[in-house]
Amino acid sequence: MKIAVLVKQVPGSETALPILGNHNWIDEEQVSFVMNPPDNFAIEEALLIKERAGDGEVVVVSMGPARVQKVIREGLAKGADRGIHLEEDGQIETDPLSVAKSISSILKEENFDLILSGLQSDDTGMGQTGILIGEMLGMSTGTLAMETDVQGNVIRVKRELESGWFQWVILPLPASISIQSGLNTPRYPSLRGIMGAKKKEIKVVSSSGHQTDSILQSIDKVFVSQTSKQTEVIEGDADAAVMRIVEILKSDIKVL
Amino acid sequence: MDILVVLEDNRGSLHRMSKEAIAGAQKMGGSISALAIGSNADTLAGELSGVDITEVITINHDLVSSYNADGYSEVVKQVIESESPKTIVAGHSYQTRDFMPRVSAKLDIPFIPDIISMDDGIVKQVLNAKLNASCSSTAEQMILSFQSAAFSEENMASGSCTSRSFDSNLDSATVRAESEEPFQEAVGGVDLESAELLVSIGRGIEKEENIQLAFDLAKALGAEVSASRPVVDSGWVEPFRQVGSSGQNVSPKLYFSLGISGAIQHVVGMKGSKNILAINKDQDAPIFEIADYAVVGDLLEIVPKLIEALHN
Repeated sequence: MKIAVLVKQVPGSETALPILGNHNWIDEEQVSFVMNPPDNFAIEEALLIKERAGDGEVVVVSMGPARVQKVIREGLAKGADRGIHLEEDGQIETDPLSVAKSISSILKEENFDLILSGLQSDDTGMGQTGILIGEMLGMSTGTLAMETDVQGNVIRVKRELESGWFQWVILPLPASISIQSGLNTPRYPSLRGIMGAKKKEIKVVSSSGHQTDSILQSIDKVFVSQTSKQTEVIEGDADAAVMRIVEILKSDIKVL
Repeated sequence: MDILVVLEDNRGSLHRMSKEAIAGAQKMGGSISALAIGSNADTLAGELSGVDITEVITINHDLVSSYNADGYSEVVKQVIESESPKTIVAGHSYQTRDFMPRVSAKLDIPFIPDIISMDDGIVKQVLNAKLNASCSSTAEQMILSFQSAAFSEENMASGSCTSRSFDSNLDSATVRAESEEPFQEAVGGVDLESAELLVSIGRGIEKEENIQLAFDLAKALGAEVSASRPVVDSGWVEPFRQVGSSGQNVSPKLYFSLGISGAIQHVVGMKGSKNILAINKDQDAPIFEIADYAVVGDLLEIVPKLIEALHN
């Protein structure tokens, strides 16, 4: 079982997000980056699948500037076998199709049985790259997996639907699957894992080795959202708040 | 054809987000066709007979009688190739996320998902909804999906439309995945989506023994009880009470939120509520940004007093 896990490095949830002077993205120089949180679940699921199978290989794949090797190392420290870093500088990846074409061009020769990805990235939230790659490589695809079970040359996937509904799908391998957050408990790297990760291979593919020429989709401007709502703020002691709430329920919303 | 709206069958009737997508398409302007796929295609088309669009295109082929990503992505691709819409739109549902990227890859048409507004270009939230971004595409065609409640189904303009069937060309080799029947994990007797009033519990309730407070308040108001994902994950209330992207989408007359911080995954499921009253200790809680009434205070102190006041 040869498994690729697609991971992305994104601004951490606590970091400041200063907007660039030209307004087309944030100033990444002033941002602290972390592993995209949903990708932790994809890495864990890949390691569990390999452990259940008893053998195989887990390869962590990421695209971006040199700093993304940090999240690849994190995956290696948790137990992945090797990494692939697709170098990319300059403009952030705002075009999922071109990202998917780049990654596909490198993954094609690897012949993975499975490609796992997190459900979406915390930065641009396009939520499609893994599925685009699956289609481009002629694999079967599944999304929002809550449980996986490899059986011979198929994988059974419990997909989360809406409103508390689920569905099992049986996908022939090779398959590309997005993983719903919360399906497993991601492990922490052990000290031994961290030491061992330093010796594991990260193959670096320079941007000329994978980049496609056409960028069809871009972000033109980022801005702070303006709330259009008029919010009445009720502060002060509990008794006054209760009086005002009763009044609102009675006179404004008319539910009493 | 300017816009093709891909409809979703929600167990025999039109998905709420499909109606919102039509309202969004009408706001964008131009000629609109809707596409209904599956054994309920004619029923879905019937639901739109009084709506101001050009036509509903129906596909009822054995291999797409019920949803599967392999078949859906192939027939949607065929309709786009045959009809050449400039824009393809759909609700940003779990189903759209499942098959629409494959349509995008098959046709090399960009898919910009989870759009919240078309007023200032194509606007989506980025960086965990802390910022908005306006996006654009230089391709001749594009695919868009609209976030839940980005448009209101009540704004769907009425009129009339025709319907025609589309001959899709599918063979069994296309549908490689085998899909079992959908099932509900925890079936409950509560229909949150049609509830008029909801009292909804978040992590701010602190302890399992405080849950009863929410039920007492709900009883006093004649409301149902719902919750955010962390409360459900703690096992304090049943999973069918969950509101949000992995739970139910609600739009009650009153959403009374107790100690919910307002993470985006929760907010997408309830921001269509007519009135949002939120109690939270943290005056910077994101829930207050979408609340009509923001009560800054300790719910464990306020709610018992409120229940008492309602009983008088």
